[in-house]
Amino acid sequence: MAGAPAPAEQPAPPDDSPTLGGGSVGDRVYRTLTTAFAVAIPVLLAFITFEVVAAAWPALRRFGFGFLTSSAWDPQRELFGAAPMIYGTVVSSVLALILAAPLALGVAIFLSEFCPRWLRQPLSFLVDLLAAIPSVVYGLWGMFFLLPILREKVMPFLATTLGLARTPFFSGPAYGNSMLAAAVILAIMILPYISAVSREVLMAVPRSQREAALAMGATRWEMIRDAVVPYARTGILGGVILGLGRALGETMAVTMLIGNRHEISPSLFAPGYTLASVIANEFAEATNELHTSALMACGAVLLVVTLVVNGIARWLVWSVAREQKA
Amino acid sequence: MTATRPDRATPTGEAREVPGLVESRGFNFWYGPKQALKEISLTIRPRSVTALIGPSGCGKSTFLRSLNRLNDIIPETRHTGSIRVGGEDIYAPRVDVVNLRQRVGMVFQRWNPFPRSIFDNVAYGPRLNGRPSRADLDAIVESALRRTALWDEVKDRLRQSALSLSGGQQQRLCIARALANRPEVLLLDEPCSALDPIATQKIEELLFQLKSELTIVIVTHNLQQAARVSDETAFFFLGEVIEHDVTARIFTSPKVGRTEDYITGRFG
Ligand SMILES: Nc1ncnc2c1ncn2[C@@H]1O[C@H](COP(=O)(O)OP(=O)(O)O)[C@@H](O)[C@H]1O
Ligand SMILES: [Mg+2]
Repeated sequence: MAGAPAPAEQPAPPDDSPTLGGGSVGDRVYRTLTTAFAVAIPVLLAFITFEVVAAAWPALRRFGFGFLTSSAWDPQRELFGAAPMIYGTVVSSVLALILAAPLALGVAIFLSEFCPRWLRQPLSFLVDLLAAIPSVVYGLWGMFFLLPILREKVMPFLATTLGLARTPFFSGPAYGNSMLAAAVILAIMILPYISAVSREVLMAVPRSQREAALAMGATRWEMIRDAVVPYARTGILGGVILGLGRALGETMAVTMLIGNRHEISPSLFAPGYTLASVIANEFAEATNELHTSALMACGAVLLVVTLVVNGIARWLVWSVAREQKA
Repeated sequence: MTATRPDRATPTGEAREVPGLVESRGFNFWYGPKQALKEISLTIRPRSVTALIGPSGCGKSTFLRSLNRLNDIIPETRHTGSIRVGGEDIYAPRVDVVNLRQRVGMVFQRWNPFPRSIFDNVAYGPRLNGRPSRADLDAIVESALRRTALWDEVKDRLRQSALSLSGGQQQRLCIARALANRPEVLLLDEPCSALDPIATQKIEELLFQLKSELTIVIVTHNLQQAARVSDETAFFFLGEVIEHDVTARIFTSPKVGRTEDYITGRFG
């Protein structure tokens, strides 16, 4: 504190404020270094953005707004449109979120509220471990385990048993490789992030809030529903956003399962494409300058989509937090 | 004062179905191996204020939380003996704890409104226990807020967050929330220890009004407060009730030396 009394025998050096100026050489070096790192991050971000946009410029100038709305993708005839990839990126991620968020919240509630204490640590560790599995391993597991199950069990069940084939969303042949497969694998991959964050914030809900509900005659479930989850909702939302961010950029496993087709289909059984996948698939063998530029443009769009989604999410968290206070 | 007024139901027999009558008989309580309450036998008269006083760690909160079975949620606790509320043995096997906690409301040291609107906080209990009509709910909320002298302060901003209120208002809101359940007993665990004198005075006035309708048990470290608000006082020491009597007598002529030591500030 600035007003703290200094020891009497040691007169304070003139103009010595603890954060600005003065101090030993070590302090100065340390301060310079940390400042440099802090500045480096936004500079790096700006630099990457600039590089990507510069490289994408030829394609963006050639196709303009049409790059975002066209489904044509023909490197031979130099036609490029990213609409299916934008659609696929957003739909697979949002679908993954719809699948993963309730499940992750359920896992988190179980771990924080119901799990016997001796089981909590090991079980939490196992769930967290899901995040440590490499993406390509998820992809392999998906190809050899998930796809057959989807093709032979889940898709027929959805289409025929539940009769959802009449809706456009579950129609068409069930190949396996599909938007649904990508969404399911993404859901599994982001589940540990959402559940780890949710678990922590649920466990941090003050005992006084829990007791407030119980003392009013709430059952345990009602306490969780009325006191614990609402109190933790900002943090839970934060976890969901973390998961969404992961899903949007995820490349390898999705590439192996989504079917990689430049088409927008309402059916979740149909193959699709994502921005990350098309870059991974085609960059190494891009046939011409414009092709490379179009892939860079996909990268730029992905960057923008991620930033926009994160921006919306931040705003959501902020407004929920504010509503809770004010 | 009216402290010596006899109960409507004098000790005639066993289970006396007097609403708001609290009777503890030979009640012991353990946290794991540690015994926190020893042979507590107390009778708390309906429609009166009973103050629990004593040094920290002597089991006052534990006893209070035994009266609405809030200690049930703490693992590895056990008890022996019995507690009756309104004649019902609250630790009997088939007792509905939810119903008990509606009958025995509680207010905590640290006010703990939910991070929702003022209205929703007070409406919480009634909504939990049924589906009151909008009109009924409005009436219940208004009446609870009036009884805690909050109505005039908040009637124009019922939709605002409860957290926008001052500390004293939040504590009165918590009392209103408890009252909305129409409890027969209200437990308060050091409700004023974090409040300024003016907010404290408001709550004390409130208790004075409320005791015509329900039984109030208040834990307090403030002896003046105990003397001001309570009809009877029980002195807790090391998990035991050392002395229980009409407040005036406890403060003027305690029978036990340790009570006198505590009252006169010789320890505690
Ligand atoms: N949750 C708990 N687990 C273990 N011991 C507890 C717990 N709560 C209280 N105790 C112990 O029980 C005794 C009585 O505590 P408490 O009822 O809170 O006293 P008071 O309210 O009179 O200050 C204390 O020794 C305290 O350490
Ligand atoms: Mg206490």
